Amino acid sequence: MPDTSHAANRASSARRRADFKALGPFIALAALIVLGAVVNPVFLTPGNLINVLTRTAFTGVIAIGGTFIITTGGIDLSVGALAAFVSGVMIIVMNALTPEGLPPLMVVLLGTLTVMVIGALAGLVNGLLITRGRIEPFIVTLGTMGIFRSLVTYLADGGTLSLNSQIRSFYRPVYYSGVLGITYPIIVFALVSVIGAIVLYRTRYGRYVTATGANEEVARYSAIHVDRIKLAAYALQGLCVGLAVFLYVPRLGSASATTGLGWELEAIAAVIIGGTLMKGGSGRIWGTVSGAIILASIDNILNLTGAISVYLNSAIQGCIIIVAVLVQRDAKSRP
Amino acid sequence: MKFSIGLAALAVGMMIAAAPAGAADKKVLGVSIPSATHGWAGGLNWHAQQAKIALEKKYPDLSIALVTAGDATRQANDLEDLVQVRKIDALVILPFESAPLTEPVRQVKNAGKWITIVDRGLTDPSIQDLYVAGNNPQMGANSANFMVKKMGGKGNIVILRGIPTVIDNQRFDAFMDIVKKTDIKVLDSKYANWNRDDGFKVMQDFLSRFPKIDAVWAQDDDITLGVIEAVKQAGREKDLFILGGAGMKEMVKRVMDKDVLVPADVLYPPKMIADAMELTAKHMMENAPLEKQYIVDATLVTPENAKQFYYPDSPF
Repeated sequence: MPDTSHAANRASSARRRADFKALGPFIALAALIVLGAVVNPVFLTPGNLINVLTRTAFTGVIAIGGTFIITTGGIDLSVGALAAFVSGVMIIVMNALTPEGLPPLMVVLLGTLTVMVIGALAGLVNGLLITRGRIEPFIVTLGTMGIFRSLVTYLADGGTLSLNSQIRSFYRPVYYSGVLGITYPIIVFALVSVIGAIVLYRTRYGRYVTATGANEEVARYSAIHVDRIKLAAYALQGLCVGLAVFLYVPRLGSASATTGLGWELEAIAAVIIGGTLMKGGSGRIWGTVSGAIILASIDNILNLTGAISVYLNSAIQGCIIIVAVLVQRDAKSRP
Repeated sequence: MKFSIGLAALAVGMMIAAAPAGAADKKVLGVSIPSATHGWAGGLNWHAQQAKIALEKKYPDLSIALVTAGDATRQANDLEDLVQVRKIDALVILPFESAPLTEPVRQVKNAGKWITIVDRGLTDPSIQDLYVAGNNPQMGANSANFMVKKMGGKGNIVILRGIPTVIDNQRFDAFMDIVKKTDIKVLDSKYANWNRDDGFKVMQDFLSRFPKIDAVWAQDDDITLGVIEAVKQAGREKDLFILGGAGMKEMVKRVMDKDVLVPADVLYPPKMIADAMELTAKHMMENAPLEKQYIVDATLVTPENAKQFYYPDSPF
């Protein structure tokens, strides 16, 4: 029986402190929604909100996995490139299976299975290099980022991989349709968030993840298999990327070297805006969810107004991100 | 330690001695282009490789050294390698950016090499022996003229721009100069970074924001693909048309098939790299006389002429 009381104590006291801070991202999101409504009332129309949330789903799902990794004190820069690579593989696999006379549902299921397996394997490779290879996560995933990015360029022959139109029309509703007007990507994002929250807050694995990030040495002395915890986190991240790709491919039915460009930064930003500590030891799933929505809403609001010069778009984005985190600091410093 | 340094020196010495001996009987044409980081550049790489195969077959005494770079600094390093190691006689280059590559290319010129510049001009045009380029202002102007004519000089349009660069500004300014003189109202313009996903997002937001859009100037075919999906999702295919640009095979195909959503396309062909290589090789091997400039027209692709611009094997 591993004695984790010390690490668990640390983790729970960290959580109590973080409870105040946890409100920060929601305050920031609420403020942004008000801003959006003021800028253009169209912002609050159901159609627009559904659009924004559906777009959020890819980086949102990836960011849930990222929350686990960052909570262990690690980082994964390869997720955007991995998403592009598995999108490419998924399209190639589904295009190859189509002439075999399989029903479209089978083709999509096999394609999805492929993405999930490759995603998880890629995550495992990252994890093994980090834990067995004893290389810094930043360097490992910087390396695999380059590898995945050039693999998709290679697969696409420098151009674009496009999904066979027959499968495309069958698969398209996965992005565009849903239940009672709520699109499937939003539903999947919500489910992944709930599962992520349960795993991080209510399971032993979640407590070990937090303990590992809070103090790796202490966690190791408490008989936590730190390497296994980390390995699982990277594999989980790979699975999340696979799931995001499952939702992304039906949108445009194509993958190219520009697919998923910058998703890693967006996912990491969502996690940090959400209040997860960059140095590890404290993860906030719901914070990450609002962080991801904040980032997607900024883009949306800027597109809904002609008042700001397009040349300043990135500056406005930068300001809002910094303000969102400042709001958290204020919330944290309150007693 | 000393031993290994000695070995390295020996190896370097052998390489230096060997290189001119191998290259003496063949003329070498160096080609430096950006790597395939987006659709258009992918087409550029494909056409360059096709031209390399065709030209080396046509001229057995010509060897072509094709290098690709991911950014301006690496491209400058490539130039040094091409001159020092590959011993090129002429250089065809599509500069990543104009200003940072002007001096590195001047060095190559000073080493006595022929210089062909493609697409993006250097800040000092006196360096180049030959300039091959698409016509960005003409592309904007042709797009505007087509839209004005098709819309009967009035209506609402939105514009999706590329990446903030000189190329994008030239297209946009030339387009606006013509549209300003008509009753066409530009509702707004936003950057979509020559990228499908951004085209999709920006267009979704334009559709939420403006209830009446009569036409979209996407000015790039990758952006157009994203725009098409957003328009389909909103169910507004019947209300508007989209004009892209570049000459992507999917778009040329749509024009050929008389798609009402994409009635035309304006060329900005990545094939210009192949033209530049061919002209330069012809000059090197046959001493063919050349004009100083060779501007590829931004031709309007319509169902009538689409066939001649359709390359089904190209990745772009």
